[in-house]
Amino acid sequence: MPAYSYAPQPFVRPPELDGGATGAPVAIVGAGPIGLAMAIDLALHGIRSVVLDDNNVVSVGSRAICWAKRTLEIFDRLGVGERMLAKGVTWKVGRLFHGGEEVYSFDLLPEDGHKYPAFINLQQYYVEEYLLERAREFPDLIDIRFLSKVVGHSASPEGVTLTVETPEGSYALAADWLLACDGAKSATRERMGLDFTGQTFEEQFLIADIEMEDSPFGDHGIAERWFWFDPTFHPGKSALLHAQPDNIYRIDLQLDLGADAKVEASEEKVIPRIRAIVGDKPFRLDWLSVYKFRCIKLERFVHGRVVFVGDSAHVVSPFGARGGNGGIQDVDNLGWKLAAVLKGEAEEALIESYHEERSHGSAENILNSSRSTNFMTPKTPIEALFRRETLRMAHDQPFARRLINSGRLSLPCSLEGFALQTPGEGKLRPGQPMLDAPVGNGWLLPLLQGEFTLVGFGEIDLPDVGVRRIGIGQSGKGYETRDDHGGYALQRYGTGLAYLVRPDGHAAAVFHGEVPEAALKEALARAMGKSCEREIA
Amino acid sequence: MRQVYDMGLGARGDEVYEALMTAHEGLSEEESHALNVRIVLLLANRIGDADVLKDIFETARSYA
Ligand SMILES: Cc1cc2nc3c(=O)[nH]c(=O)nc-3n(C[C@H](O)[C@H](O)[C@H](O)COP(=O)(O)OP(=O)(O)OC[C@H]3O[C@@H](n4cnc5c(N)ncnc54)[C@H](O)[C@@H]3O)c2cc1C
Repeated sequence: MPAYSYAPQPFVRPPELDGGATGAPVAIVGAGPIGLAMAIDLALHGIRSVVLDDNNVVSVGSRAICWAKRTLEIFDRLGVGERMLAKGVTWKVGRLFHGGEEVYSFDLLPEDGHKYPAFINLQQYYVEEYLLERAREFPDLIDIRFLSKVVGHSASPEGVTLTVETPEGSYALAADWLLACDGAKSATRERMGLDFTGQTFEEQFLIADIEMEDSPFGDHGIAERWFWFDPTFHPGKSALLHAQPDNIYRIDLQLDLGADAKVEASEEKVIPRIRAIVGDKPFRLDWLSVYKFRCIKLERFVHGRVVFVGDSAHVVSPFGARGGNGGIQDVDNLGWKLAAVLKGEAEEALIESYHEERSHGSAENILNSSRSTNFMTPKTPIEALFRRETLRMAHDQPFARRLINSGRLSLPCSLEGFALQTPGEGKLRPGQPMLDAPVGNGWLLPLLQGEFTLVGFGEIDLPDVGVRRIGIGQSGKGYETRDDHGGYALQRYGTGLAYLVRPDGHAAAVFHGEVPEAALKEALARAMGKSCEREIA
Repeated sequence: MRQVYDMGLGARGDEVYEALMTAHEGLSEEESHALNVRIVLLLANRIGDADVLKDIFETARSYA
């Protein structure tokens, strides 16, 4: 049924089946978006990995379609961001309907001076396809094994051993670390008997992807996002219409409590519902799915040498688009840390900070997704009443519009207050993700990500302690500098300030007026998980 | 006359809305009704400005 043509990936007989060994330090279970991104991130640090997937095609069904700005910035660092931006749909206008009426519309009004928009819509199979092609560019560092199902593992403080089943037999694979990127149903997690707890929602949603030549958004053909509360075509429920590339449109329909998923996902039932939304325009069904969701997470993401990344560690409701986006931020956070540990530049304890920071990030994602979901699915008459009156007032009350929650934009969390950051005040505080800005004839973020970087804005000298230095809006310093093109950078960061930036683009420390070498070294040691005391002693 | 109100809760609107729903959790409709009355009276007292309150009452009524 789908328009996307799946290219089956070949099974390649691994050396382990013939008594050999690859000896890669990292075994990644799962070649979904998270496992693939993880392998690329590690490869960019020169770390070898084996990626094992039980399947042999990219994501079945379009699944995740909204990719947020921060995720695109990370994809940019991994080398696939521009391709995704070029293929994806960037929408600007959102319309919100209540019953048969439009309550209001908004223009996302993208802020100037960023390489990437607030987000794009792109089917998950494209995201995985691009990641897979990128991963194939590191044949010496990434060993991708399809049709390879991990059916068992054992771990010790020194390493892990996986049992892998393949069409040509099973084998044992030894590695130093196991990264469980095996999705929401993670067998690794189940094997370890770990609790996966949180809120379960009873509501079911129907997803229908349709292909249609004419835009359902009207004749001007510009992609929008339409959301209905209690639409005339689907009384008492909510509905969502979104655009994807290739003339594919996503329709989400909330179903009755206890609705029979099989019946709901039948064409007889679905076609009239879609007709009610898009009218007489011809369309073709591309993908159908009925889902229920949960907002749950693991208590701990790090269990010795086994680390959970992506959906295996946390699952959120799709409203607010935080599943895939949150997982890519896990990758961003873990990649440089694991590489530093494997290269002997940091102690294993640094991995614990991945748990602290990303457990916090996923808790924030869950909080936001749960709030959106609760708003969309009132549980009691009084909740429904509050929502109805909020919607009524939203026609002309700005405050009421801001209370309507049909999914909030996925934003990166701040890591302020966690151990690796040196507390400080600035336009941007340590822990916050760095913001993009046009500099020279390119962009700021690509200059800062990937390795520790000291960046100075305006009049401030950057000492050489062995980390990359970039000066913005300054010149002739004996290190790389760029113009503050259009004044955005100094406006976003202040002038006479310098920031120590982690490889994942979060600020680790801020300096005002001057950067004392000792303070910089201390901040750097701290960001690498070495306690300050030890550094001084 | 109906007044137009800008967002007064900054970035914490969702949090306040959620807290309001939580306050109602587990109550019968009648109990929720009574809770709303108490909340209105408490808020009115907290706002403390009779003219502002009359504007709010009028605005709310205008949607009836
Ligand atoms: C309907 C829907 C809409 C969504 N919309 C959005 C959205 O708009 N934005 C967003 O950010 N997120 C969205 N999500 C969430 C997003 O799809 C997931 O968060 C994302 O797929 C997680 O990626 P992952 O790599 O962790 O897991 P998965 O994509 O589930 O990948 C896990 C991989 O591991 C493999 N595997 C599992 N077990 C084994 C084993 N034993 N051995 C070997 N391989 C194994 C699987 O075959 C699979 O390839 C949506 C999800 C759904 C269902």
